[in-house]
Amino acid sequence: MQHLLEIVGINKSFGSLQVLKGCGLQVNPSETVVLIGPSGSGKSTLLRCVNLLETVDSGDILFQGENITHSHRSAHLLRRQIGMVFQNFELFSHLSAVENIMLAPVKILGLSQADAHDIATDLLRKVQIPDKADAFPDELSGGQQQRVAIARALAMRPQLMLYDEPTSALDPEMIREVLDVMTQLSSEGMTSIVVTHEMGFARRAADRIVFMEHGEIIESAPSDQFFNGTVNDRARRFLDQILH
Amino acid sequence: MSLDLVFHYLVSPIFIRGAVMTLLLTVASLFFGVLIGLVLALIQETQTRAGRIGTLAYLWVFRGTPVLFQIIFIYNVLPSFGIKLSAFVCAVLALSLNEGAYMAEIVRSGLQAVKKGQRTAGLALGMTTSQMMRYVVIPQAARIVLPPIGNQMIGMLKLSALVSVIAVEELLLVANQTASADFRYFEALSAAGIYYLVLTTVFMAIQVAIESALDPKKRRRTRRVSLTERLLGSAETLAVR
Repeated sequence: MQHLLEIVGINKSFGSLQVLKGCGLQVNPSETVVLIGPSGSGKSTLLRCVNLLETVDSGDILFQGENITHSHRSAHLLRRQIGMVFQNFELFSHLSAVENIMLAPVKILGLSQADAHDIATDLLRKVQIPDKADAFPDELSGGQQQRVAIARALAMRPQLMLYDEPTSALDPEMIREVLDVMTQLSSEGMTSIVVTHEMGFARRAADRIVFMEHGEIIESAPSDQFFNGTVNDRARRFLDQILH
Repeated sequence: MSLDLVFHYLVSPIFIRGAVMTLLLTVASLFFGVLIGLVLALIQETQTRAGRIGTLAYLWVFRGTPVLFQIIFIYNVLPSFGIKLSAFVCAVLALSLNEGAYMAEIVRSGLQAVKKGQRTAGLALGMTTSQMMRYVVIPQAARIVLPPIGNQMIGMLKLSALVSVIAVEELLLVANQTASADFRYFEALSAAGIYYLVLTTVFMAIQVAIESALDPKKRRRTRRVSLTERLLGSAETLAVR
């Protein structure tokens, strides 16, 4: 089977600081990969390299078998197939929830307002907030904003979803509602890479856990294997820390 | 002192033409000023060295010298390079170039006020840089820059009186000439003053109208608010203060 995404030995430095050291990763269609590790370990940078928000210094990134590492001129075309969700939601503050979801399908894909509205309404139902269509971002709770952001990304019908710490800016009582939506999407076969500290979600939804430290991928193991003992010492220590 | 004469001046063709000229000068200079400001701000956005130095030099020259100097300079110096322009064109040119420098700073502050994450979100959806600017950044920046641009609009209206020095037949020149011909300073200048106040009032109303049109939440509200209420702020907002 062809990998949906294949990352081969990528290196990336910010000035003299090397944030990614020969990272390699393969993601199969319908797989959910959870990326964990201490802060500053390069998880988010790795994620941003996938949709070319960051450039790599060396190494290769293949998406659907095609080498995209240096296609920065057509990066916008690639990004239409890859959805991204951010820590701070980043909903467009001048647009209502439904308009946030409709913007890209209308302006980028050229869908009619009516078709885009139908898609947006369906997606709002999917993320469990059909009644918030006309609310503006500052009228929504963090959990609701993040769910609209997920719907916005899904509206482009992406092949792959990237989540960059999607629950880190949320109050504890709102984390659940966002994770539930993500878990449901994963179970429906949406290929996802998730940077998170939520081990409960990792246990529940992940097919594979990737542990990073100091810019290196230390461990990449199926989820049950990862949580049931046979892992690298450094990964074990990190797990012990965050699980207390 | 005669109010009849003030009224007579107000409706006289020469005053009306003067007021129209003032309005024309203001609108034309604002239009080109905003255009220049937008281009300068976008050049600064690109962060190229040449662009930064170029815009910095522009701001240095046009903010660093008096507008009156710029008007007189353009009117008197360009002909010696073989560029012969009418007084009106010189006036619009000088006022636009000067306005552009201030607009550039206003627009730049507006663009910078839109957080980087918003741009990243636009790009991550698959927008090109120009789509991202057009659909994400500029709509948000427009709301931020509107109040300072409203200030500039009214400032420009008053600034336009300066071009009387190069004999553009605008309101102040008309009033001054009429007054010195008839020795009726009070009446002639009052008539001009009334026109200025009417024009600034119209500009303020336009600003309020644009502001509420750009406020996405107001689009949703059904209650229509009277103009005076909007100008003075609604009772609701007063209560909050």
